[in-house]
Amino acid sequence: MSPQTTPIADAAQDLELSERILAPDGSRTPNARLDSYVADVDAPRLRALHRDMVILRRIDAEGVALQRQGQLGLWAPCQGQEATQIGTARALDPQDYVFPSYRETGVIYARGAQPGDYVRMWRGEEGAAYDPAALRVAPLQIIIGAQTLHAVGYALGIRHENAPEVAVTYFGDGATSQGDVNEAMIFAASYQAPVVFVCQNNHWAISEPVAVQSQYPIAGRAPGFGIPSLRVDGNDVLACMAAMRWALEHARSGKGPAYIEAVTYRMGPHTTADDPTRYRDEAELEAWRRRDPIARVEAYLRASGELSEEHVAETQAAADAVAKEMRAACLGMVTRPPLAVFDGVYAEPHTGLQRQRDEYAAYLASFEGEA
Amino acid sequence: MTELTLGKALGAGLRQAMLDDEKVVLLGEDIGKLGGVFRITDGLLAEFGAARVIDTPLAESGIVGMAVGLAFRGYRPVVEIQFDGFVYPAFDQIVSQVAKLHYRTQGRVKMPITIRIPWAGGIGAAEHHSESPEAYFAHTAGLRVIAVSNPEDAYRSLRQAIASDDPVVFFEPKRLYHHKGEVDLEAPLADAPPMGLARIVRPGTDATVLTYGAMVSTALQAAEAAEDEGIALEVIDLRSLSPVDYDSVAASVRKTGRVVVVHEASREAGLAAEVIASVTERCFEYLESAPLRVTGHDVPYPPAKLEKYHLPDLDRILDAVDRVLDRPHSLTGADV
Repeated sequence: MSPQTTPIADAAQDLELSERILAPDGSRTPNARLDSYVADVDAPRLRALHRDMVILRRIDAEGVALQRQGQLGLWAPCQGQEATQIGTARALDPQDYVFPSYRETGVIYARGAQPGDYVRMWRGEEGAAYDPAALRVAPLQIIIGAQTLHAVGYALGIRHENAPEVAVTYFGDGATSQGDVNEAMIFAASYQAPVVFVCQNNHWAISEPVAVQSQYPIAGRAPGFGIPSLRVDGNDVLACMAAMRWALEHARSGKGPAYIEAVTYRMGPHTTADDPTRYRDEAELEAWRRRDPIARVEAYLRASGELSEEHVAETQAAADAVAKEMRAACLGMVTRPPLAVFDGVYAEPHTGLQRQRDEYAAYLASFEGEA
Repeated sequence: MTELTLGKALGAGLRQAMLDDEKVVLLGEDIGKLGGVFRITDGLLAEFGAARVIDTPLAESGIVGMAVGLAFRGYRPVVEIQFDGFVYPAFDQIVSQVAKLHYRTQGRVKMPITIRIPWAGGIGAAEHHSESPEAYFAHTAGLRVIAVSNPEDAYRSLRQAIASDDPVVFFEPKRLYHHKGEVDLEAPLADAPPMGLARIVRPGTDATVLTYGAMVSTALQAAEAAEDEGIALEVIDLRSLSPVDYDSVAASVRKTGRVVVVHEASREAGLAAEVIASVTERCFEYLESAPLRVTGHDVPYPPAKLEKYHLPDLDRILDAVDRVLDRPHSLTGADV
């Protein structure tokens, strides 16, 4: 076999190789492996998941708008990934602890983020967007894959305490190329840590297609580390929730780590600084529009006679209200005073930094009284 | 008082820290049954069990990243990096995560992690086993950097580092692991001088020699030799490289007016440059001559047979002392 310089990954991109409950047209197909995990999800619960996804899409759109209007330095859109984020995050127990990447807007929404929490970091007011203890979510992580190790370390602590908790980490397909993610899987397997890995395979790591990262379905790697895995249709909110419940049950019952690859698609740019028209086809985008995770649930609920116009209108109103609060929180943010740049570097006094702070304070004071 | 080697003092410090706080856990390669490649953790697995003395896979970034997660959970992880040159794979986790999480979260997340690094050269080791990476860490906001030079300091400073709510990169000069000294194992930690303070190892009036780690011994030898020539050198062990105790340093420089900084790390953008810049800012009017550096050369750490030409020795320190004192060059006899 000749050396191959251009990776191909037909298997990695074959969507039929993933577990599904709701087909793209909204029809429900029996899934012997997953159905039992979502047997309790009746129409009201599914409408709640639909509502979450609609609100998340609205939050995401508002984030993009705020960036375009100069209110945010950057935004990392998650449009298209609503089912993965809502489906998995709504399966968590309150005491579970999440270690996300920067794109997990839907996860922090599901964990109870407040309107300002979506934008505080992107606006540049603080390094972390929210109180990690309140949400039980670590700060959004920008270094690719670093958080996966943190989740495993946290899970090791859970295991030592025999606590009924699970650590969960989210990362993208690009992160699976990182050493840290592979080290995390080794450590997790070695210590049988109660951790769930959620790979959101959204097909693109900025301009690099998943084919560059993987020649084989990413979920297929986990068993090599001794970690059971599931590959699910990431645009199917029921499949995502079912897979997460399977993974959480596995980890919580002392069987060690579990791994989910949710095959989804990032509809927008990597961030608002990115231009995806330079590297991907409109045809590909169009194909994924037909797999929209929200439209899929709507089609299913409509066909079942469970989607009233009242629900649609109420959901849209709720989404608009959240976006309005988010905008108000963003515009209302008050930047801290200059000396706050020194706050919180150390937990205990550091004489070197204290001296710099004093010098800068004196410098600033020298302008007092000037016009 | 008990006579211990520096290595045994570190082991005693770890043990005491684990007794003091059950949230202290150790992580590292070979630290369990083997007791660490330098035997610093010898006996701790048997005493505290595998949940607190955790042998890890061979992945430095993984070890430090795990420590971050444990700190999120309320633990005080103590990481052993097997050798100085092996810390680089963990550099990202140390400078991007350990150092920054407190700042990013406005203090809501604490990273009381101690990263122990068997450090520096002079033992004839293989490549990557004799590095002096301290400047990388001293340059990183959010970290504290400690370098010990004797058993008493090692025992006390390590416990202080572990008790600190800040992350500490803790350098242990492996050349001194077998050096013995008196250690007061019973002294209450609360009565000890703070971790960040420098220490006057030998008082003197003619010039100040600032150094740390294994170079403290070399500087003391130089001071004894200088005394034969009627020169009284004040030798200061910095002990803390972030923050540097400039109050103590400046007090000495105002007394002597002359400064030599010694370290075995390379010169360019090293600790000595920073220390001299800061001393000059604070004490310019007291200086009688330009401060000088005696350091390793700006080369990769050389092969073992050449390391004696790289490491500052007694003669190179005395040569610099002559220069800052405007004395005839002791080696060449030439005026300077």
